Amino acid sequence: MPLDVKKIKADFPIFCQEINGKPLTYLDSGATSQKPRQVIEAMNSFYETINANVHRGAHYLGERTTKAFEDAREKVKKFINANSPKEIIFTKNATEGLNLLAHSLGSTLKDGDAILLTHMEHHANIVPWQLLAERKNIELRWVSLDEEGKLNMEELEKLADGVKIIAVSAMSNVLGTINPVKEIAKLARNQDSLVVLDACQFVPHSPTDVKELDCDFLVFSGHKMCGPTGIGVLYGKQELLEKLPPFMGGGEMIINVTTEGFITNELPWKFEPGTPPIAEAIGLGAAIDYLDDIGMENIREHEISLTAYALRLLTEKHGDQIKIYGPSEPAERGGLISFKYGDIHAHDVSQVLDEHAISVRAGHHCAKPLMQELGIGATVRASTYIYNDETEIDQLSIALEEVRDFFKLNK
Amino acid sequence: MADLEDLYREIILDHYRSPRNRGELPCPPAHRAEGFNPLCGDEVIIYLETKDGKLTDLKTGGQGCSISQSSASLMSEAIKGKSVDEIKKIATAFKAMLGIESGNIEGIREESSQNGEGPEASEAVKLGDMEALKGVMKFPVRIKCAVLGWNTLLTELEELQNS
Ligand SMILES: Cc1ncc(COP(=O)(O)O)c(C=O)c1O
Repeated sequence: MPLDVKKIKADFPIFCQEINGKPLTYLDSGATSQKPRQVIEAMNSFYETINANVHRGAHYLGERTTKAFEDAREKVKKFINANSPKEIIFTKNATEGLNLLAHSLGSTLKDGDAILLTHMEHHANIVPWQLLAERKNIELRWVSLDEEGKLNMEELEKLADGVKIIAVSAMSNVLGTINPVKEIAKLARNQDSLVVLDACQFVPHSPTDVKELDCDFLVFSGHKMCGPTGIGVLYGKQELLEKLPPFMGGGEMIINVTTEGFITNELPWKFEPGTPPIAEAIGLGAAIDYLDDIGMENIREHEISLTAYALRLLTEKHGDQIKIYGPSEPAERGGLISFKYGDIHAHDVSQVLDEHAISVRAGHHCAKPLMQELGIGATVRASTYIYNDETEIDQLSIALEEVRDFFKLNK
Repeated sequence: MADLEDLYREIILDHYRSPRNRGELPCPPAHRAEGFNPLCGDEVIIYLETKDGKLTDLKTGGQGCSISQSSASLMSEAIKGKSVDEIKKIATAFKAMLGIESGNIEGIREESSQNGEGPEASEAVKLGDMEALKGVMKFPVRIKCAVLGWNTLLTELEELQNS
């Protein structure tokens, strides 16, 4: 079912404003999404009516808060089809989830073990493993990409031989490429490797079923899916999480502490030391309700058709100047388009777009190894979500004409 | 688009398209330093040779937006042959033109000061063509781009003096 973008947009207070007399064209949801009133209200209402700490006070507010917090966990569980709320760890963001894994899962590796990464990873799925490789003698292997920005699967198959962990993004935040995750998981099953999915760009845009994906761990951030900042999720198979040592220590993650030592708490709290982001978890729960109402299948379809439109229009109107990265087939990519425009640096392009109240991202997108492979320093990235429609892609195209004229490129 | 015209002066685009003193110097005797803008990936590389407290030769490299690269190019023209002390004075005046005083975080400023004029550069130092970068004032995130070359240079000079 097509999205009613007008109706959806009306839910987002940020679009009520004009910037320099122009309506806001927000094409930077890949960095963070905007928040609907429903999420903002859920968080406000929490603070105004039931605010207390969780799992502590045996009083009315404490009980209400604890229930609301654990309800949010239940919503996440359903949203990604996990088996149990024990498999849902709340973190600060996806980055923390990956650091947790590199630390706790990393501590189970032996000297000489190997981990497989790819050239399209976000720094969040690179540096934690590099930190691990500094502590232990761990080999990091890298899968390269083909000309369309897809993983070289033949190479992946070879390099995967004997690795303990395959850590890969479900969808690239630069190229938009959606990776053949199931195929990768199948490969891993045949040889006892664990699969860690960075699903930061995937979960907000697609139905996600951890059983179908057959991954062992999966991370994402709330703020890219209509939720607040400060909340992320680490999913892990229960039997695996049970075996992992904790990451950070403190309150909440223990059952007992003496001067001699401590006993760790059960899942999921074992990995949630200290006061958690309570309002943020509740906000994420509200975001999930909001997205579920629209329907994740519908969201995915909307993005495929919007991406197809954008690829077509930009190539048609700017074919001489624009170089678009990533797969040419819209169904193989998510709702984002990275490009280079003539010889104009991405920063300068985005500056002109900003004059038109069009927000895009310019830079290396925290994926420097990828930029190196592409042989460029920066790209412009326009990323869409449920509140964007074709007229905004038109706006982008018109503004790009102005970029071309302003910097005097040939037509 | 008036602000944009202000930002992208002809002279800036000219330095961007044909950067001056571009290239490399053999190290040693030259020294090489790299500066990055982690926000956007801009990169400036500076090769310099000093003798008796004077900058005898320099070349620049790297890649990035028009502001970072033109600023490095303009800088290279302004400082060649100057003494380290003179260079530091120019750097201070340049940063002052962009509203940066030592100690504050570059690129983050109060709304109110964004549209105002920057503190006047100290009288004694003439910034010449570099004044074309004054328009950057109105675009706080771009200030980091404009000072990338200068910060790379200053760090390098500091290291040379300490070694
Ligand atoms: C693919 C990918 N991985 C990881 C991250 C890190 O997310 P966060 O900064 O919310 O931890 C991002 C966010 O930009 C991303 O796009």
